[in-house]
Amino acid sequence: MSDFVSDFWNLYVIVIVLASILACAVLLIVQGKATFTPGKTMGHVWDETLEEYNNPMPKWWSWMFVITVVFALVYLALYPGLGNFKGVLGWTSVGQHTAEVAKVDAAVKPLYDKYMAMDLKAVAGDKQAMEMGKRLYLTYCMQCHGADARGAKGFPNLTDADWQWGGESEQIVETISAGRMGVMPPHAQLGDETIKDLASYVRSLSGLPHDSVRAGKGQTAFNEAGCVGCHGVDGTGMQALGAPNLTDKVWLYGSSEATIVETITNGRQNKMPAWKEFLGDAKVHLLAAYVTSLGGK
Amino acid sequence: MSGTQTTYNDKVVRQFAVMTVIWGIVGMLVGVIIAAQLVWPELNIGPWLTYGRLRPLHTNAVIFAFGGCALFATSYWCVQRTGHTRLWGGPLIPFTFWGWQIVILLAAITLPLGITQGKEYAELEWPIDILITLVWVSYGLVFFGTIAKRTVSHIYVANWFFGSMIIAVALLHLVNSAVVPVSLTRSYSAYSGVQDAMIQWWYGHNAVGFFLTAGFLGMMYYFVPKQAGRPVYSYRLSVVHFWALIFTYMWAGPHHLHYTALPDWTQSVGMIFSLILLAPSWGGMINGIMTLSGAWHKLRDDPILKFLITSLSFYGMSTFEGPMMSIKTVNALSHYTDWTVGHVHSGALGWVAMVSIGSIYYLLPRLFGKSEMYSTKLVTTHFWIATIGTVLYIASMWIAGVMQGLMWRAVNADGTLAYSFVESVKGSYPFWAIRWLGGVLFLSGMLLMAYNMFKTMAGGNTKDAPVIAPVAHHA
Repeated sequence: MSDFVSDFWNLYVIVIVLASILACAVLLIVQGKATFTPGKTMGHVWDETLEEYNNPMPKWWSWMFVITVVFALVYLALYPGLGNFKGVLGWTSVGQHTAEVAKVDAAVKPLYDKYMAMDLKAVAGDKQAMEMGKRLYLTYCMQCHGADARGAKGFPNLTDADWQWGGESEQIVETISAGRMGVMPPHAQLGDETIKDLASYVRSLSGLPHDSVRAGKGQTAFNEAGCVGCHGVDGTGMQALGAPNLTDKVWLYGSSEATIVETITNGRQNKMPAWKEFLGDAKVHLLAAYVTSLGGK
Repeated sequence: MSGTQTTYNDKVVRQFAVMTVIWGIVGMLVGVIIAAQLVWPELNIGPWLTYGRLRPLHTNAVIFAFGGCALFATSYWCVQRTGHTRLWGGPLIPFTFWGWQIVILLAAITLPLGITQGKEYAELEWPIDILITLVWVSYGLVFFGTIAKRTVSHIYVANWFFGSMIIAVALLHLVNSAVVPVSLTRSYSAYSGVQDAMIQWWYGHNAVGFFLTAGFLGMMYYFVPKQAGRPVYSYRLSVVHFWALIFTYMWAGPHHLHYTALPDWTQSVGMIFSLILLAPSWGGMINGIMTLSGAWHKLRDDPILKFLITSLSFYGMSTFEGPMMSIKTVNALSHYTDWTVGHVHSGALGWVAMVSIGSIYYLLPRLFGKSEMYSTKLVTTHFWIATIGTVLYIASMWIAGVMQGLMWRAVNADGTLAYSFVESVKGSYPFWAIRWLGGVLFLSGMLLMAYNMFKTMAGGNTKDAPVIAPVAHHA
């Protein structure tokens, strides 16, 4: 596709580029033909002492200038530069990238094919595969999940036994391939008091210090306000929805009363991006195996 | 007015010269702080004093406050002396000084507050941009007004460079700063996508080409022959390299956007014009250094000449390095690494700062009615500290940059990257520490300069010098 909306701009670029290069050459040639009187000044004096010698330009410098001009013209003949003219070599930056990627892909294909044919747990037990998986993890995953895979606020810890969306092989592959959207809806309409009650109840579920009167009221609210719909009657969550287990002492956003109140009041939106398009199945397979090797079961 | 017509307006030169030193210290101090933040991240005191907010303050302060004041001081001095006439412009003259200082103060307040347009080297929000425009147009009127009333027929070469800088920067500033304001502190660029990026780097590289090169070459063309007491080496060379710089610099911007969404043809054009720039750039270096031929001995005990000639050496080095880095295959390694940062600083510290420091040392005693600086020995000390600091800075960034580039592209036999990004960060720490040390040395030199300056100013006489009649034309 052309980069120009009309052929005028194509010609405009060609003319102005060539004219600017040739202007440099003409300037050099015309000025080089001036009459020089080495060691003598031009005859003008400014500010009592400022004068200029009428020396010629150094030859080596003029030649260096000529060489860069010639190089520029040759380059423009070989490579894209003059508007829509593609250059004799037909080079493009996209083409260069595609060729380099294809070369590497072809070289490593047998290796990836070998692991693709293996069961995820078997791959997780393969030393070489796990070294590759770790390097892939450190390239694509550590920005959110951390170099040690222990996560951060809002980003799940991959080394514990808690699986928000499921820890089975297919589930991990699905999480990495298609991504996940975690949504906790906001519940500000419940009012501050009820939300505090709920927070106390949620803390009681994992044995944290809490106000038992509030926790009692919170339990009622938990059932009536619809929390059970996602987190379950016993608060153990639901992996199909990515609804966290509230009883396992694992906290994605934090366990303080203030943080829980914030979570209930404003809700939470979270997103794991989809990697299938970018990485391809083979790398996802290796990464899923690596994540499997990290997590407790 | 008629009584003052017989003297030069040195007051405004004096004001700008002193502020050059003050802003130099401020800008370089911020530079040292952000260099330290890279080594000791806990020094990020947020959000106002974090790296992200202080970095634009550093670049604005050194380029526009330090470099800008140096350009105003030297161009006002030069255009009067080589035009043999007093500065034209009446109230516009003090307006350029006070207006520019207000711009700098507003930058120092708004940038830490996070008020920014997000365009590199053009971060200041639109109300400040308008003030910059007013000051800059006044500067142009004063400069060209003085050229118009000169009492010699020929315009001295230094003024071509100062003049082209004023015109080009006006054009760049107006086009790049076009925005749609939504409030006093917020605006959106008039351009979008890759066009916005291209406009930004058209501006960015020409800020280097015209503000930081043409303007400082003007400085060089006045102060080098003056201090050396020798004629400029070749008039013809100055004609060719001046016009060639004007022809080619405007095209070089796309080399900042190699291997991006910018069309391939634009990248190629940026690359070839960057390569053609080598000879015109070296023309300035040759003309400066060769001016000293026959007077090399003066370099031994004249620290001002040391500053000026060393600055030209760094200029030659970085204008060789620049075209090399613009070659696509080299850029594939150097881009986004500290090599670029080192390249910028060999220009900024080695060329821009050193030529300014040399010129200001030339001006200070003359501006305050003294025959020389309070201590020439301190000037020599300053020279050595600054040179060592610059070399430490550039060398450490070369090593760090090439190392980062090689680490990022290293691939294992299995197609995975050999190093994660954070490993390249970890490997850079020792070099960042050396860079910080280089910065500390350069800043220390500026503190010596300030001490020397105030001692020279003490008891000084600030009478404006009489206009010198032009020497009669001799054929």
